Amino acid sequence: MTPELTYRLCLTLSAVLFAVGVAGVLIRRNAIVIFMCIELMLNAANLAFVTFSRHLGVLNGQAVVFFVMAVAAAEVAVGLAIIVTVFRTRASVNVDELKLLRR
Amino acid sequence: MTPLDNLSSLQHYIPDAALASFAVLIVIVDLFARGRSKVVVGVLSIAALAVAGALTLWMPHTGERLFYGMARQDGLAQTFKLVIVGCAAVTLLVSLRTQEVAERLRGEFFALMLFATYGMFLMVSASNLLIAYLGVELASISSYILAGFLANQSRSSEAAFKYVIYGSVASGVMLFGVSLLYGMAGTTDIALMGERLASAHPLALTIAVVFLFAGVGYKIASVPFHMWSPDVYEGSPLPVTAFLSVASKAAGFGLTLRIFRDGLGAEELLASVDWPLFLALLSAVTMTVGNLAAMGQKNVKRLLAYSSIAHGGYLLMGIAALGSSDSSAPTAAILFYLAVYLFMNLGAFFVVMHLAEPSRLGSEEMPAYRGLIRRSPALAIVMSVFLFSLIGLPPFAGFWGKLYLFKSVVDASLVEGGVNGHNFVWLVLLAMANSAISLYYYFAVVKAMLLDRGEEETPVKAHPAFALVLLILFLPTLLLGFFTNVDDFRVDEAPEASASIMAEE
Repeated sequence: MTPELTYRLCLTLSAVLFAVGVAGVLIRRNAIVIFMCIELMLNAANLAFVTFSRHLGVLNGQAVVFFVMAVAAAEVAVGLAIIVTVFRTRASVNVDELKLLRR
Repeated sequence: MTPLDNLSSLQHYIPDAALASFAVLIVIVDLFARGRSKVVVGVLSIAALAVAGALTLWMPHTGERLFYGMARQDGLAQTFKLVIVGCAAVTLLVSLRTQEVAERLRGEFFALMLFATYGMFLMVSASNLLIAYLGVELASISSYILAGFLANQSRSSEAAFKYVIYGSVASGVMLFGVSLLYGMAGTTDIALMGERLASAHPLALTIAVVFLFAGVGYKIASVPFHMWSPDVYEGSPLPVTAFLSVASKAAGFGLTLRIFRDGLGAEELLASVDWPLFLALLSAVTMTVGNLAAMGQKNVKRLLAYSSIAHGGYLLMGIAALGSSDSSAPTAAILFYLAVYLFMNLGAFFVVMHLAEPSRLGSEEMPAYRGLIRRSPALAIVMSVFLFSLIGLPPFAGFWGKLYLFKSVVDASLVEGGVNGHNFVWLVLLAMANSAISLYYYFAVVKAMLLDRGEEETPVKAHPAFALVLLILFLPTLLLGFFTNVDDFRVDEAPEASASIMAEE
């Protein structure tokens, strides 16, 4: 496979991953699955960073990925903790059942 | 100005570094403090903000590029930081004795507040999109926890839940936008990016900018990323709501200003992606949606949440005007408006918070406010002044803020070439019409307090310490327009884009 083809394939994969993530957030109703889809979106961005970085021959894009991974971990830790507190008061993590605050 | 290396940057980074170290220190002190000594943690937090605020005020901010061009200490960052740190300090003062947060959890509460403040500092001083992203995340993640701080109340945890989902999606979309911009420019430095993007494909560039705007748009609660804000504002503990509605919004505007003025303000870029028109349309929709939705609200806290969306819309008008040849006038008008907004909006939220305590009205609903003038004349009058100022009635500070903002947009539209070829006078007329709409719902609260007769006649007393805080917010709301004007808020010009910005590249 030529480098050009790899570059295009990786970017396409990144776009597809991002689209799957966004679609999942919009369609799925389970909070945990929504969080997995958000992870997909972040990793799509990571893949794009690495691909561009390799293509352009500059390293700073690869450095960005480390920061993003650390941030994603922190975000998920907090997110899961919040899901647990919601589950404690309601025994459900379905986003459609959160209607206490009026729309 | 050449970027400084890490070691020589530190002396210019003292205010921010002090704030961050204090935040860590408070986490540690909180571990060992028990019972009554928890007071130490509160005092230490206030001291942290006072030190950071004083250092920010007195340190010269001459536009140094710190840490190899990652952050900038310029007048813009300084003014935004003062607004943020002021908001955090007043909020902390008020939450020292709030009954909403349990005594044993206050240390964590304060520490998280400081971390959020530091994240906002990063946002407004970022000159690299990576730092901007880290700032957004640090501010957001701390705010998620703050919003859900009342873990045993399902309203609070629901607010945190909605916040964390909306926030994570928005920052994920923003990160993808940054990755696209990086692919086109080969850098994440904001100013350098502006130079290199001129040759990018217009459609790709537009998509990337829209994605990037998702992240900041959610921070400033602009339509269509505003849905979280009424629910989060209503469910969160009130000090957190007040903090988010002012500091978080100010930080979002700081970052938006940096991205659009320093990064995307070049003429060649404006030709390929017409962001002034895009932002003007968003501003029009945001202020209209915020005001129309506020009209039907019976809960005063939720009413203020929608009104803060509308104020975000007015401010966005100034950001759209940045596309004109002179960006310094809209910048100054935005800064002045935010400074005014700090006092009047915090004031209104704090009165609501104080009245919601069980020993006073015990409610945030409009019917409970009926006849407040008979029960507590001072609180009713002070609240009315905050609301009049939010409407923009002369002579209160809100009027001057709106006047300067509208004037800067009209001036930008009427010069030769307008704002990237557009004339935004229609937007100013719409904003005026919107102010008239807002008169209706703000006045409904004033009417309930001053004119209606309530069932209860028992006097309501304000706590003396709280009355002092309220006075600190009340006097500027009354007098700010007379003692300063928009020219005091003029900060340095946008940095001249130059190829020598990043020496190491």
